[in-house]
Amino acid sequence: MDFSTFLIQLLNALQYGLLLFLVASGLTLVFGIMGIINLAHGSFYMMGAYMAFSLTSLTGNLLIAVVLGVALSALIGFLLEWGLFSRLYKRDHLDQVLLTYGLILMFEETRSLIVGDDVHGVPIPELLSASIQLSETLSYPVYRLFMSAVCIALAIGMYWLIRRTRLGMMIRAGSSNREMVQALGINIDLIYRLVFALGVTLAAFAGMLAAPVSSVYPGMGNQVLIICFVVVVIGGVGSVWGALVAALLIGLADTFGKVIIPDYAGLTVYILMAAVLLWRPEGIFRRI
Amino acid sequence: MPAAVKKRRNALLLILFVLALFPLFGSAYYNELLAKIMIMAIFAMSLDLLVGFTGLVSFGHAAFFGVAAYAVVLVSPKYDPGNLLVVLPAAIFSAAAVAFVVGLFVLRTKGIYFIMVTLAFAQMIYFVFHDSPLGGGSDGVFLNVKPELRIGETLLLDLGSPSQFYYLVLLFLVVAYVFLRVLLRSPLGHALAGIKSNEHRMLSLGFPVFLYKLAGFVAAGGLAGLAGFLSACQFGFVTPEILSWHQSGNVLLMVILGGMGTLNGAAIGAFAFVVLQEVFSSVTKHWQFLMGGMIVLVVMLLPGGLSSLPRRLRGLLIGGGTHG
Amino acid sequence: MAELVLTAKGLSRRFGGLFANKDVSLDLHRGVLHAVLGPNGAGKSTLINLLSGDLPPTNGQILYRDQDISGWSPDKRSRAGIGRSYQRTNIFPAFTAFENCRLAAQSRAPRALRILSKAQGYADLAEAADRALEQAGLAERRDMVASTLSHGEQRQLEIAMVLATRPSVLLLDEPLAGMGSEESQAMVALLQKLSPDHAILLVEHDMDAVFAVADVITVMVAGQVLESGPPEQIRASIAVQEAYLGGGESDNE
Repeated sequence: MDFSTFLIQLLNALQYGLLLFLVASGLTLVFGIMGIINLAHGSFYMMGAYMAFSLTSLTGNLLIAVVLGVALSALIGFLLEWGLFSRLYKRDHLDQVLLTYGLILMFEETRSLIVGDDVHGVPIPELLSASIQLSETLSYPVYRLFMSAVCIALAIGMYWLIRRTRLGMMIRAGSSNREMVQALGINIDLIYRLVFALGVTLAAFAGMLAAPVSSVYPGMGNQVLIICFVVVVIGGVGSVWGALVAALLIGLADTFGKVIIPDYAGLTVYILMAAVLLWRPEGIFRRI
Repeated sequence: MPAAVKKRRNALLLILFVLALFPLFGSAYYNELLAKIMIMAIFAMSLDLLVGFTGLVSFGHAAFFGVAAYAVVLVSPKYDPGNLLVVLPAAIFSAAAVAFVVGLFVLRTKGIYFIMVTLAFAQMIYFVFHDSPLGGGSDGVFLNVKPELRIGETLLLDLGSPSQFYYLVLLFLVVAYVFLRVLLRSPLGHALAGIKSNEHRMLSLGFPVFLYKLAGFVAAGGLAGLAGFLSACQFGFVTPEILSWHQSGNVLLMVILGGMGTLNGAAIGAFAFVVLQEVFSSVTKHWQFLMGGMIVLVVMLLPGGLSSLPRRLRGLLIGGGTHG
Repeated sequence: MAELVLTAKGLSRRFGGLFANKDVSLDLHRGVLHAVLGPNGAGKSTLINLLSGDLPPTNGQILYRDQDISGWSPDKRSRAGIGRSYQRTNIFPAFTAFENCRLAAQSRAPRALRILSKAQGYADLAEAADRALEQAGLAERRDMVASTLSHGEQRQLEIAMVLATRPSVLLLDEPLAGMGSEESQAMVALLQKLSPDHAILLVEHDMDAVFAVADVITVMVAGQVLESGPPEQIRASIAVQEAYLGGGESDNE
């Protein structure tokens, strides 16, 4: 592997890792703060990708599609929390697993009913469709760099939200002691609803962002979900920082696994997880 | 013998009787459907040992089912019938062996981690068969000739014959049921119940909890392998889908729907699930929407599953005292 | 002096920057009832957790019959003969009292591989369970589901389960907590009965009970040993009086 190939793979690994982080952070936030295990989280990613596809073909503009899609996802998250999840906080994890499994089936079929089961491509916006020449034969697409930049910006934004704002303070307080926060007159129900909507939106946004690169296909959500579980297992449940490190590790393992052992590339991520389980069964980072 | 136990035993004998006589009256379609239900019942009961009796919510149980199914095809000769006495133990052993290795990893985790890690490991095994030439890729592999049992020149049992296969499945259903009942009343079974109820106290009493859980995990994996063996023999082909996470989700659904920790409930759940699947898919090709909707409704309106209804009512009358 | 069974040498346990236990040393002898006193947050429960293996120590050593067991898991320590009870009742709520004890006894004779036999079929386990119930004064409640027992009875069951494992060391975390006076008296009598054959570490708030049964008393304050010796010495100690009457009480958990 010469240097520019290595550089390209490294950039790909970074971009994939950051995208995973975006999806997984929603999963881990919702679990860490609300104690909900959400199998349907991957479906929101799929939903986002399909929104990018449908709304772009409808409006003719990816940017408008993304704005609409984000608003729609937030609304869907808000409604789901209000209608279903808010009734499950006191229940066993098993019920949450079951409910969200049912939701996956419904989301998949809804997608199939509305858009069908075909694979679709989403065009890269013209502004970002250029490539950067690395050597005479190798180049790197600007859009992938743009994706990484957006993910980093969002990660910083999230850090700021959780650590530096009043809302973030209430979120952190709510995750450690729900009753206490409620007694202080803070509307914890609303906060949970916002956090859940945020998680859904993050996943959907990641799907929109990835759509031009990965194309849009049935089952894409479940694939991401399982990798996100690996992220959470490696990073530690509820730890956003751990999710970031784990997602980047997985990005590296997956990307270079494809180069080094192409036949069994699907396995590298899981081997990484197995190794971490032996070393630290509770993940690299335990808590926020 | 207490009246309740006697009643249950009588009910089971009656069901056994009906199942034994069914092929004399049922059509080929229903015989096959019933055989499928019985296979799923074995599968669901094996998972119940983990979920219902040990408190381990595994979301990757299809892995063992699938590994055994692949083992059937890989062990059988390509154009001749495999020997039942070789193929069956090979299938069960490979499932149990995989369960042993996976168990070494996943049992280091607890609760929600366990759910996620079992799912991830099952997916890893899915990729092993999906990506490697061994499993024929996403198209899967065919079992051209079904196994048979032959002693010397005499053919005792041919799994290619639907009626013989039906009775073999019924036999194994009984064997699996009795095996689990015996296991559950053994010292091991009691220790597993203790782990489910209070793992921490089991440790402080001196039980090597990890080894007990591993034993339960391997037993459940091996039994799932028995179901996988039967499934491969029934359909004659194996695709990676058989160990996909949908399969794991479905079997978990059967256990929960039917009622955890009762064995009979798992079998009832398997029955209900397969029948619902048949009914829904005859209505629309988007039948999973109906299935998903039903799951959501059950969770929201009937916490604890369909089978919890009588218990919940009884609990209301007597008041309190339930746990776990 | 009686046979030395368990020794803690310079045990420390830190949570973040806070020492829950700091440089705690004590010896447990067979036939000696060793009580640990101290205000809330003095680190008494932490000490028991360190000795039982529920918590790993940050520093220090635990010796059991001259063997270093500091790195042993809780189950291994239990099998070696170190039994413990919990401050918060920690039983199998859905099992009967007898089943709780039978399961405890089974930990000594696992027979995990005999999956074809009935767990209830082993007479030795049933005997051990019944004897433990008898000792703890619960024989009459044998077949009641544990969660339906009164609080005091659940405390007794807690002890009975430990006894069913036939330990040589008993680590008892506030066995009298929440008991009525009659139950307390029965428990004190039980402790006195058990004392000759066991090495007992008793963490307890009830001063009267402690001074009635203890052979040795260690007073802990803020994670450290303040004073250790026979009851008369503790009663006379000025440092102990100051700690109890002075600022020690405000040290909350």
